Amino acid sequence: MRRVRDIAVTLAIALLGWQLLVLATGVPPFILPGPWRVVVAIFEHRLVIAEQAVVTIAEVMIGLVLGTLFGAATALHLMVSATARRFLLPLLVFSQAVPVFALAPILTLWLGYGLWSKIAMTLLIIYFPVASTFFDGLRRTDPGLLDLARTMGAKPRQVLLRLRVPAALPSLASGLRLAAVYAPIGAVIGEWVGSSQGLGYLMLLASGRAKIDLMFAALVVLALFTVLLHAAIGRLADRLTRATQ
Amino acid sequence: MMVTGQAPGILIEGGFQLGETWLFREISLRMEPGRWTCLLGPSGVGKSTVLRLLAGLSTGGRFTGRLEAEDGSPLDGRIAYMAQADLLPPWLDVLGCVTLGARLRGEPPDLERARRLVGRVGLAEHSHKRPRQLSGGMRQRAALARTLMEDRPVALLDEPFSALDAGTRADMQELAFETLTGRSVLLVTHDPAEAVRLSHRIYLLKADGLHEVAVPAAAPLRAVDADDTLHAQAELLALLRSKAA
Repeated sequence: MRRVRDIAVTLAIALLGWQLLVLATGVPPFILPGPWRVVVAIFEHRLVIAEQAVVTIAEVMIGLVLGTLFGAATALHLMVSATARRFLLPLLVFSQAVPVFALAPILTLWLGYGLWSKIAMTLLIIYFPVASTFFDGLRRTDPGLLDLARTMGAKPRQVLLRLRVPAALPSLASGLRLAAVYAPIGAVIGEWVGSSQGLGYLMLLASGRAKIDLMFAALVVLALFTVLLHAAIGRLADRLTRATQ
Repeated sequence: MMVTGQAPGILIEGGFQLGETWLFREISLRMEPGRWTCLLGPSGVGKSTVLRLLAGLSTGGRFTGRLEAEDGSPLDGRIAYMAQADLLPPWLDVLGCVTLGARLRGEPPDLERARRLVGRVGLAEHSHKRPRQLSGGMRQRAALARTLMEDRPVALLDEPFSALDAGTRADMQELAFETLTGRSVLLVTHDPAEAVRLSHRIYLLKADGLHEVAVPAAAPLRAVDADDTLHAQAELLALLRSKAA
């Protein structure tokens, strides 16, 4: 409860600062609308915003689930296969040298203007943090525990499932926290590059028609969703971490 | 306590190199069947390496010589290992930790036997607690129960009591001695008192090689306050401190 109050206080101060900035500088509303205008815009355009938000949220959630699955599967594969570590790992690290944003036009070209190019973008953006944090955790199992397993005549598969994976869950949890922040970025970039739906599309549309309050309304809704997503994933991550302690 | 399989005598003879440097050479150590053999020495002299060689664990160096059980059968699968760290996975409860070996081999664990052994080490009321809810002494007792659960004729103990406070350590020594009776035990330690108290045979490993040291006439477990125990302890400490043994 105290945390909720702290957040509320911070938010109130930020909104007040925003309003004061608008009042003090006399900046026109088509450059920076005040918070109240944005709230009104959210209310006025609630149906449009809700409709577009559902699309973006779907892209983010599907991308998040798929990215986590692929990332975790890659980490497990790297762990069990020396060949994968030799050939796939350098490729993975090298792939991080390509700015994922630069791939957005290509993804749109290949997958079209619909959901899938955005899902792919989200997936790509979170795949690496999930794979690398989880793989790191899998590799850093207590060597003493592995020695013990060896003297017990353990099967490699059981060592992976019963020792390495549980020991790596806190690492996976921190990967998921990162993913929760990155995922909406992926979806919105995808929408900016080419789409006919979603909050990112709505922002571009509103900007083109000089409806700056609507643009900000979409942005605030996106930010709210990201915060909620981060909090939810944070709770999940805490639970994963606690289960292994 | 029943022991599956006869406890074998074990002989290790030879030298060990880390790269070009000899950690020790031309040592000869014999574990008598069903007895406690102690390997005493200062830190960094290679005590744990001897134990790891016997346990079939990686050592990062090269051993040249003979390492064999006197009954001619391989040692693999006949060894239980207990280390200074309790090596209890934090995500398992005591019962889960004790049955870890079976689970890692992909076998169904004998829960009834596990419960009996947990009771034997005095943890019956704590069998569903996680390691972090236990004291250091209780954790080491859980580790002992796990060692007993493995029911191997050979037990290799790598300073298992050194992280415990004096009172708990004395209790653990008694419990371990009593429960591991009939097995061929190698105890690695740097504590002369522990060595004299528990061992049928004491080896001192120092930079200049391995030396067997006489033990008091009384059989272990020896009384801590007996004259010959105290005397042997003092002699052993002097040997440990002298430059050339």
